[in-house]
Amino acid sequence: MALSQIILELLKGLGVSVEIFAITLLFSLPLGLLVAFGRMSKNGVVSGLTKAYISIMRGTPLMLQLFVVYYGPYYLCHIKLSPTYRNSAVYIGFIINYAAYFAEIYRSGIQSMPVGQYEAADILGYSRVQSFFRIILPQVLKRILPSITNEVITLVKDTSLAFSISVMEMFTKAKALSSSQTSMTPLIVAGVFYYVFNFIVAFLMERIEKKMNYYK
Amino acid sequence: MNLLEMKNVKKSFGDLQVLKDISLTVADGEIVSIIGPSGSGKSTLLRCATLLETMDAGTLKYEDTVVADNASDGRAAYADKETLRKIKQVYGLVFQQFNLFPHWNVLQNVTDAVIHVQKKSREEAEKIGRELLEKMGLADKEKYYPYQLSGGQQQRVAIARALALNPKVLFFDEPTSALDPELTGEVLKVIKSLKDLHIAMVIVTHEMAFARDISDKVIFMADGVIVEEGSPEHVFNSENERMQSFLGRYKNIL
Repeated sequence: MALSQIILELLKGLGVSVEIFAITLLFSLPLGLLVAFGRMSKNGVVSGLTKAYISIMRGTPLMLQLFVVYYGPYYLCHIKLSPTYRNSAVYIGFIINYAAYFAEIYRSGIQSMPVGQYEAADILGYSRVQSFFRIILPQVLKRILPSITNEVITLVKDTSLAFSISVMEMFTKAKALSSSQTSMTPLIVAGVFYYVFNFIVAFLMERIEKKMNYYK
Repeated sequence: MNLLEMKNVKKSFGDLQVLKDISLTVADGEIVSIIGPSGSGKSTLLRCATLLETMDAGTLKYEDTVVADNASDGRAAYADKETLRKIKQVYGLVFQQFNLFPHWNVLQNVTDAVIHVQKKSREEAEKIGRELLEKMGLADKEKYYPYQLSGGQQQRVAIARALALNPKVLFFDEPTSALDPELTGEVLKVIKSLKDLHIAMVIVTHEMAFARDISDKVIFMADGVIVEEGSPEHVFNSENERMQSFLGRYKNIL
């Protein structure tokens, strides 16, 4: 198999990887904020439940979580889902896992805000929702951006875990090609692709960080 | 009618009773200074008046709106949310640490609440904002971010931000305590210049000469009670022992 063919095949897989990456971010970033609110809730039941959820998501392997999401409906409830559920399972697994990590990042950012910002907003008559979205959150985002960057880079590499439930993303393809061709080349090419992917992610995040540096 | 009326205010933090039984009235346009040693409860009193703290007991009234009153169990009961939200339009507060919003430039700091809380047009808000910045001597700074300004300039922006909402009474919580003497002077000068606006001011301060010169009424607090109050002449010439020992340290500058 010519190198160009390997590259072509892997690019198709890369498309799937990028999809997992984008959909996970799109949903887990806002969901994480919601979870962070739950975690900081004064309601003991809500904060207890979210705390347990975060603890489980962070304390067990993502690969195992993917298995549970994919096979769980059948083994636990005898619900037979169509094979296309495979992709949904990956999205669900990634989103609920990353939301838990993002929640803790949001929480650390929100709790690091000086109380004077809340008090000033309160005195000026802003509602709680207004002061959060106009005053607190923009500053929190700037503070947590380096931690978010870390997670996003990890996510790029984690998409390869979709291999465990046979989703045809880049790593699954590379592994299959490597076996059928008895060659390292597909794995090396995939490695280069992951690296370039992350290089671009890091570059973009740095740009955003610089953009937010207009104030201290 | 009094603009602000606080009666028999009590407040404790755990076992520490910070306000023991404080009553205070502020008339329309009146300038009141509150002086006293650190830990005497001055700031807590201001924070109770501005609803940043809740009183344990006592009454709080702005004009004819009762914000809090003693319930049958003797503890202060606060009015409904809507009343509390509305009452915030009556007063403003200038903090010791300025508490400007660092992600907004000077003009936005001054105008944002005018636009998003008072729902005035951007055009009108910016007109109000620019006039106030001019009055504060900051006309050329509207595009600056707080971190680019000196402490004195930041505090003047904070004063403009509070004034932009057109309060009837403006509270100052040690407005110059975070500033060096040079910057203190410029901020005190600005506060003095607010006299022509005829809004009431309640100023917690350690600047004795300033308090004497600007105030209609001076209140001396110690250990959670008002020890002496009245005209500046009366308070600063008081024979009260506690007052004398406190003022002793300032005698040379008065």
